[in-house]
Amino acid sequence: MPPIEPLGRTSPSARLRVNGVERPVSLAPDRSLLYVLREELGLTGTKYGCGEGECGACKVLMDGLAVRACQTPIGEAVGHSIVTIEGIAPAGRLHPVQEAFVDAGAFQCGFCTPGMIIAAVSLLDRTPGATEEEIRAAMDGNLCRCGGYLRILDAVQRAARASTGADGRTPR
Amino acid sequence: MTPPGALPFDLLAPAERPYFDRFGNGLVVVLPAQRPGPEGWGRGGPPHGGAWIHLGEDGKARAFTGKVEVGQGTRTALSLVVAEELRLPLSSVDLTMGDTDVCPWDMGTFGSRSMPDAAVHLRTAGAALRSFLIELAAPRLGVAAGDVELEDGRARVRGTEGPRSVGYGDLVTGLRRLEMVPPSTKPGAPSEWTRAGRPVPDVSSRDIVTGERRYTSDMRLAGMLHGKVLFPPAYGSKLRRVDLARAEAVAGTTVVHEGDFVAVAGPDPRTARTALKAIRAEWETTSQPSEAGIVEYLRQHPAEGEDLWDVIHHAEGDAEAALASAPLTLHETYTTAYIAHVPLETHAVVASWEGGRLTVWLGTQTPFRARDSIADAFGLPPSSVRVVVPPTGSGFGGKHAAELAVGAARLARAAGRPVRIAYSREEEFTQAYFRPLAVIDIRSGAEKDGTLLAWQFHVLNAGSAAARLPYRVANQRIDTQPADSPLAQASYRALAATANNFARESHVDELAARVGADPVEYRLRHLADDRLSAVLRAVVGRAGWAARPGAAAREERTGRGRGIAVGLEKGGRVATFAEVEVHPDRRLEVVRIVTGFECGAIVHPANLRSQVEGGTVMALGGALFEAIHFEGGRVLNPRLSEYRVPRFRDTPPIEVVLLDRRDLPSQGGGETPLIAVAPAIGNAIYDATGRRLRSLPLAPDGTVP
Repeated sequence: MPPIEPLGRTSPSARLRVNGVERPVSLAPDRSLLYVLREELGLTGTKYGCGEGECGACKVLMDGLAVRACQTPIGEAVGHSIVTIEGIAPAGRLHPVQEAFVDAGAFQCGFCTPGMIIAAVSLLDRTPGATEEEIRAAMDGNLCRCGGYLRILDAVQRAARASTGADGRTPR
Repeated sequence: MTPPGALPFDLLAPAERPYFDRFGNGLVVVLPAQRPGPEGWGRGGPPHGGAWIHLGEDGKARAFTGKVEVGQGTRTALSLVVAEELRLPLSSVDLTMGDTDVCPWDMGTFGSRSMPDAAVHLRTAGAALRSFLIELAAPRLGVAAGDVELEDGRARVRGTEGPRSVGYGDLVTGLRRLEMVPPSTKPGAPSEWTRAGRPVPDVSSRDIVTGERRYTSDMRLAGMLHGKVLFPPAYGSKLRRVDLARAEAVAGTTVVHEGDFVAVAGPDPRTARTALKAIRAEWETTSQPSEAGIVEYLRQHPAEGEDLWDVIHHAEGDAEAALASAPLTLHETYTTAYIAHVPLETHAVVASWEGGRLTVWLGTQTPFRARDSIADAFGLPPSSVRVVVPPTGSGFGGKHAAELAVGAARLARAAGRPVRIAYSREEEFTQAYFRPLAVIDIRSGAEKDGTLLAWQFHVLNAGSAAARLPYRVANQRIDTQPADSPLAQASYRALAATANNFARESHVDELAARVGADPVEYRLRHLADDRLSAVLRAVVGRAGWAARPGAAAREERTGRGRGIAVGLEKGGRVATFAEVEVHPDRRLEVVRIVTGFECGAIVHPANLRSQVEGGTVMALGGALFEAIHFEGGRVLNPRLSEYRVPRFRDTPPIEVVLLDRRDLPSQGGGETPLIAVAPAIGNAIYDATGRRLRSLPLAPDGTVP
């Protein structure tokens, strides 16, 4: 019986731009961006929740748009710019959306939070001052099992107001 | 036996614990745990966890509790009460939770006990530490102890802000002093709180929003392997034959086969999965009951014992006789469904052996119980096992089992390297246990004006929580009966209370409607608990409830409806108002929810609000659409695409009314806020359509049947 080649052993064969840095990654066709981020690159802020694109815990920015990393084959990510929760703000500082989540107390166990923040950043970058309806629609693919949707909505609305200067402060 | 000076602390006498070697010089106060005796609950009263606090030369407090944080916000709430008692800023309090080597023994984090138990123990230890600090400060300040006051980490002469003050760190410098909490110690009164009871951000905020927080599933140890377990295809299946040759041929894998346990470990998750798929297994399946006919099945399969929950038989007056003579009687059956916890972080564990000692990082709600059962599985003394609970991506009562940890430890032992196991979502659905399906029969009798005369309440396959009546009824009989479940079932957030409260509050609403009484007035007329009446009044005030007679039979099957329900459980009082719209296509929309909650003195108001809001959202899932479907011992919908949980679109505006009773002891807020949601919605559907729904979920496909 021939030995089975372990799929996990594929050697790095491509470079992926993650949080502004080119990183060597494996290019197995059935390997997801989520797997590469968590298991190869150690970027564990992006979470596994379901593996079928239902929960949004694995969302990252691809060229500024939120995508579900579990549904993105690594081959489709190579050549694009990936930003994970670890990379949305310069080290030691918080992105305004992260600040809004802290101010609103928009988490309980915190496991969904990275995916929620990525979804909100993606939305507000395209739609500054997004309405409640737009926020609800854009984030319906993100599950929070602690049920913190209204706190999260509050956080994103705070960030939306900040993004247009509607909160009386200078827009970022 | 554990040699003196060795870990874990809870198995050593206080004086033998190496507090100062481990955490440095200072002052330690210890409030011992009350463990259950050999015959179950010990003679020294009901068991409870302990608390200890170390005040170091840096002036900071290290507090220890056996409770764990799984997202319910207790790390911040418990840190707050320590900060309060010690008059320290929150940032000077570091709380260690759920590490069996250094934390006091605890039963586990369930049953809403963190506030009524752990918070009280930490407050009491803090109060004792405070009086020792005052004693130490008095000679330094040259005043009597009664003239010393503590504020912001410093002792000073009462009423002065001047330079004559001394920091806590200075007071304990060079000390290695251990004190037991004097039995007479009383924590400060909530009415005097200046730190607790005020909104503060969660102490873990920054790590959470930056993704830096490491959950068990994020852990990476040097040389760590990834494990996969071979699970039976259906409940009750037995392994007949297994061929491991192809799995063993996968490079870099370790395969373990001990009895019914078969598992593989590989250098990365994909290799482990490949090896698992290469196993050829033959299973013997047994006939298992299916979903259809499950209620009858449970009725025919009563079980003995109190493995899962307490059995009660409560009687007052003569319910049977009162029923026979009551002018109005009603007999109805209410059911709930098996539902899954669906923690967003699936079960995860990392196991590592060093020498003969095992360390397990496990997302569990019961670390000490896990330690003891893991030790048992390996024939080791409990002192040879350490369980550490990292931040955990929610539990909801679903994270009590230790088998996964035993499996990882077996693999780690065989491989000689640390092993991580993290469930896939499908494994989470099929290998976890469920909230039981409950069947509740109610027979009631009333006067013509609705005044309750008799109440018979029979609970099958759920516990006694919230089974007792909050209403005055002279003749009552309440019984609970366990059953043999065809699916694995166990603890779930507000398990029996949700079922029992749904049944009772639906039934009472039906009685009110029968006699043309306003549902709020009818409840207030019978309520025997003033605190609950106050919560109900607060909610109907906020909701703008317009008194109405019970909804008469309607022609219309659609429209707008309003419902109310109350509940009293685990020391908390809840009332929920729901407004629904049943659209012309029978689609159900929950338009608005108002929930009032009172649980004594509120420790951490922002978090309590999140717990009430979040619990309400979680309860919406079980009320409206969540259900595990099964056939022949197999779960038919083990995916998030097939098992619906609440999303943004399902979340209506939720108004939370919190009643802060600083004069009453703090109770938990993680469970009771859930229990009036389902009946309030069911009652609102009745108001809208004239249809009484007696089974959860109420609208499995999104429409009112």
